[in-house]
Amino acid sequence: MANDKSSMQLISRGILSENPIFKLALSMCPAVGISTTVMNGFMLGVAVLFVQVFSSVTISLFKNKIHPRIRIPTYTLTIATWVTVIDLALAAYMPEAYAKMGIFVKLIVAFAIITMRLEMFACKESAPDSFWDGLGMGLGFLIGMMVIGLVRELLGSGAILGYDVLGFKPLLFFILPSAGFFVVGLMMAFFNWIELVYKQAKGMK
Amino acid sequence: MMMRRLLKYWTIAVLLSLVPVCLQAAELVSKQGFGKENEIRLSFAAAVGKDVAGYIANYTVFEESDPDIRLEIKEIVLSPDGRQVSLLFTEALNSANAHVVSIRDSDGKELTSLLVKKSYLGYILSILISALLVNNFVFTKYLGLCVFFGTSKRKTTAKGMGVVFTIVMVVSAVMSWFFYQFILIPYDLNFLQIVVFIGLVSLTVQAVDTILRKVNPILFNSFGVFLVLVIANCVIIAVPLMMANYNYNVIETFMLALGAGGGFLLALYLMSSVRERLDLANIPETFRGLPIAFIVAGQFAMAFLGFSGLQLF
Repeated sequence: MANDKSSMQLISRGILSENPIFKLALSMCPAVGISTTVMNGFMLGVAVLFVQVFSSVTISLFKNKIHPRIRIPTYTLTIATWVTVIDLALAAYMPEAYAKMGIFVKLIVAFAIITMRLEMFACKESAPDSFWDGLGMGLGFLIGMMVIGLVRELLGSGAILGYDVLGFKPLLFFILPSAGFFVVGLMMAFFNWIELVYKQAKGMK
Repeated sequence: MMMRRLLKYWTIAVLLSLVPVCLQAAELVSKQGFGKENEIRLSFAAAVGKDVAGYIANYTVFEESDPDIRLEIKEIVLSPDGRQVSLLFTEALNSANAHVVSIRDSDGKELTSLLVKKSYLGYILSILISALLVNNFVFTKYLGLCVFFGTSKRKTTAKGMGVVFTIVMVVSAVMSWFFYQFILIPYDLNFLQIVVFIGLVSLTVQAVDTILRKVNPILFNSFGVFLVLVIANCVIIAVPLMMANYNYNVIETFMLALGAGGGFLLALYLMSSVRERLDLANIPETFRGLPIAFIVAGQFAMAFLGFSGLQLF
């Protein structure tokens, strides 16, 4: 099984067909909570990418040493270790961005998506494959966060990455915290709609 | 019988806790407290002349923790009989902190100095209310959404899940507090916070699982399935992290955990009531399932914004 997947396939699977946010609907909390700007989404995405890749590789390297009955606590402790690393690193080198993300960096430890990838992929496959899989999943999360951030920042404050693009503020509502639910819900509906249209077009042929 | 005795003790306890409030009746000022958001009200034991009580310069007010920062008084309103005065400040006061008010007479000699603070019971209850409604973990802090959307399809599951969450939260938060205060802080191991807290949470879930299975199998069967879901959940791990952040004591931690659990139960129950109705509604095909649930949650979040600024005590 390990040989028939190229690294590109593993990466694209995480970004497209199994996107953590839009397809699997896991780890929604930060997607709603702090994706008010592209930059916030990017920062947390990078943190998750880091934790995902390193935990995947760690578990994959030690997969033969871990007793199956204690695998879940082992995963949790591995993730907690890497989260501590990124948490301390961000607090030391990027205090401003860290303050904006608040408690969510520490909460990466409880993200269902990371544990799920360890359970479903890393504990069975080789280290390089786990690396690519973790990279794909992390990138999928990163891109999802940035897309939501883009929509909210553009509609809420008329800017992208802090640069004023539109010159006016179309819907100030989108910058409010509670709008996160609406944006994610509407985007999910939008993707469903595309899928529906695509299927209908296929059926016509 | 048991209940009645408990009630008696409870009444005595409440009365005893009120005694210090009554004893605070100092010579000059008989009653003090916060009024509106920028107001401190004082009642004097006897009528006080306008030349003392009516001048802004005679009052000095600061927060007990920051004696250097004097709070600016905008206006003083003295009641006609000279026994009540209310100090209006230019900025809103943070009524969670204790404030020191000292009064001088016209010669600059200090007449009295007193502490204005909310009663501790009120402060504890305000933590509970805040975690329950004002900072509801689901609708204003956006935590635990996976479980929230996963288990809010039916009212019965929602209730079971909420109860399990509350129990696990309270137990794990109190345990984390002990570990944090007596092991992590004394040995300077603060950087191990995340690892220790997540370990304790998993341990609590496992313990609740085992104990329930033995003690009350019927209850265990009714929500045994959810226990597994609880382990990796951000709501539960968030409570110890917040406790460490704000440096709460054990009672405050207990109240925070109780409020957070109760808030989660409330959110799940509200959401499940709506989603049972949604099953019968005619929803456009693209919105079926999760999208419409997100929209409903967004509306709830907007409704919960209305609680912001709520202060009961």
